[in-house]
Amino acid sequence: MNASVRLRAVGMALLAPLIAVVVAVLATTLVIAAAGSSPGDFWTAMFSNPLPRIRVNIVNQTAMIYIAAVSAAIGFRMGLFNIGVEGQYTIASFAAASFAGAAYLGGFLNVVVALVVAVVVGAAWAGIAGILKTTRGVSEVISTIMLNAIAVTLVGYLLNRYGVHGGNTVRTKKIPDSSRLDGYTPYLPRDGQVWMLVILAVLLGVGFWVLLTKTRFGFDLRASGQSETAAVASGIDPKRMIVIAMLLSGGTAGLIWMPALFGGAGSYGTSFQVGLGFTGLGVALLGRNQPLGMLFGAVLFAFLTAQSNTLTFSTDISPSIVQITQGVAVLAVVVAYEVVRRWRSRLEQRVVASELEPAGAGA
Amino acid sequence: MTTLVQTTARKASQHWFLLVLAVIAIVSLVRIVSGTDDISSAGTIRAAIIATCPILMAGLGGLWAERAGVVNIGLEGQMILGTWGAAFFTYHGGPWVGVFGAMLFGLIGGLLHAVATVTFGVDHIVSGVAINLIGAGAATFLAEAVFPDLQGGGPRQLVGLESPSKITVPGVSDVSLDIAQKGWFFVSDVAAFIGALTTSLSTLSIVVFALVGLSAWILWRTSFGLRLRSCGENPQAAETLGVNVYFYKYVAVLVSGGLAGIGGGFLALVASSGFNTGQTGGRGFIGLAAMIFGNWSPGGLIAGALTFGYTDSLRLRNADAVHALLLLLGIALLAYAALRIVRALRAGRETQGSWRSGLGIGVVGALLLVWYLSTETVPRDFTSMTPYITTLLVLALGAQRLRMPAADGLPYRRGSAG
Repeated sequence: MNASVRLRAVGMALLAPLIAVVVAVLATTLVIAAAGSSPGDFWTAMFSNPLPRIRVNIVNQTAMIYIAAVSAAIGFRMGLFNIGVEGQYTIASFAAASFAGAAYLGGFLNVVVALVVAVVVGAAWAGIAGILKTTRGVSEVISTIMLNAIAVTLVGYLLNRYGVHGGNTVRTKKIPDSSRLDGYTPYLPRDGQVWMLVILAVLLGVGFWVLLTKTRFGFDLRASGQSETAAVASGIDPKRMIVIAMLLSGGTAGLIWMPALFGGAGSYGTSFQVGLGFTGLGVALLGRNQPLGMLFGAVLFAFLTAQSNTLTFSTDISPSIVQITQGVAVLAVVVAYEVVRRWRSRLEQRVVASELEPAGAGA
Repeated sequence: MTTLVQTTARKASQHWFLLVLAVIAIVSLVRIVSGTDDISSAGTIRAAIIATCPILMAGLGGLWAERAGVVNIGLEGQMILGTWGAAFFTYHGGPWVGVFGAMLFGLIGGLLHAVATVTFGVDHIVSGVAINLIGAGAATFLAEAVFPDLQGGGPRQLVGLESPSKITVPGVSDVSLDIAQKGWFFVSDVAAFIGALTTSLSTLSIVVFALVGLSAWILWRTSFGLRLRSCGENPQAAETLGVNVYFYKYVAVLVSGGLAGIGGGFLALVASSGFNTGQTGGRGFIGLAAMIFGNWSPGGLIAGALTFGYTDSLRLRNADAVHALLLLLGIALLAYAALRIVRALRAGRETQGSWRSGLGIGVVGALLLVWYLSTETVPRDFTSMTPYITTLLVLALGAQRLRMPAADGLPYRRGSAG
């Protein structure tokens, strides 16, 4: 009896992402049909074998999305909504690109210090929200939304003022050639490189898992996230945890765009990829803040985004359709998790009730 | 000015008239001292009204939802849906059908949020984030799919749309604009205000302000509104009194989405001459900020939206005026800080927190004055940060004076009253 219940529970846990994917597929199909295009063409194009160039792109995108998801998940695990990942990585990317571009140092040392700059700036920006929350009781949701907007405007101003202007574009100074990191070229050189700093995603993923499951701090973090009163009772200072969690989350956010900076872009400008922060939030939700779950989500989102570029060649559907797919998937998955949770608790209640009944009553 | 305005919200019933007079006097004084006429010209005020309306609609949407206990940070996404709906329906049926279309599309966003948060009890922030993703994606996709085939359209825009009609009151308009030109203390500023209201004022602007008044009346003067607000304060208690909490939450969130949609429609039809991808530029979030700034009340919301709209329009019209704004803000903050400190001293020891935050506000005001005196211009970008920084300051310095609905953002399930 108990084993079958547990089996059913596991099945239900996997059920939620499945439902979400099905709903997202249905919604996408409906929208395409409503817009007068052929859903069949769309799915054929999306599930065609990716070109080598796109495969490389998927790996690179997965890495950046995954870092963003880890950043969001650190906050979520603590019960904090760090909506500010977007602003934190924007301002951190700008700072790191400026520092690396100024070439105070050469070669690999320049990269390392620039990464430190990114982490520190991202953490500091998130820290503002953490300190406002602990000292003034300001909701981190609101303060990080505000800080996002401030970061974008501030970076725009600084870039305009101190950046290198060329034509209609403006960017920071190019990083010196000695600091450009050579990646791995799996196919022909024209198909692009898997950036070297993609390794950051792997390290952060493993680090996140170790931190959560193997350390005292991870335990404190999860405890505070699940029940603040219980955490206080076991001697955890919740305010300190909030600030540290925000700093960690922001520091991780600072690294999001670093693979692209040192692998391909070389400067902060039009090449900067916006929106990764919000994508990361979505992926963290999709993956239930679990290291492996988020990996699945990051691959899915990167695959959708990268493959959608082929749509322009083979169909009349615009690639932005995958944004709908992604958004619906996120909404559907959180709804599905909630539904499954309710089923599960009802199931558990029934089991407990039947076990409490006297043996002779016929259970 | 900002924090003064917040006090307006607080004591709206008694002192608002005096305060408006004081604000006009200060603005007028700053205009004359700094020599920037644009700070209160009819043109600036007209632009400010146009910039205010979308923020006001988003904020009002937020107010409806949060008063019923549902946090709606999906306002931005609902607004984006509204811009598309407005453009599409205006193209096919004229501006008022367009406004209806904007509302309809916002409503769809609201419905998604309501289903997720009310029926399924999903976390409100999570659902809002997802709705922002969906709204932005849907508007981009639909624009690329539909608009290139239409006249004046492209994959990212649809221009040349008809606007709702504009009203000019003959006579009053000319006279007041004339007086506004004279540059007299106080009188010209009032005249500029009247001039702006009587010269080519969009009918949709009137509708927007009427909707705020109507919402205030419904929420605070009808039994329907009382029940709706009770769902935001204590849904369990409301349930025991026989209030159908789910119903009221649904209505509130649907209205919320619809209003945000209208705000998006305003952007597409009045604030500019058509749809553009990414047109909202975070105004849904500014609306949310205006609502918090206004302490979850309609009067405060108007004050917040006007403040943010005004600074926004000033930035676009005249960069020098932004510099004068520093002086204005500095004086206003110092005055407000003095008021608070005096009040705290009179009240005695138990208001030490109020005393300290008064001091904090005073320091900020003094710094602004120093900034004004030591510089010649302010970068435009800094003005666009104003709403966000103001909100952070208000939250940080006045958090103990803000009071959101008690059960705002908390999950509720039918039958949980036991």
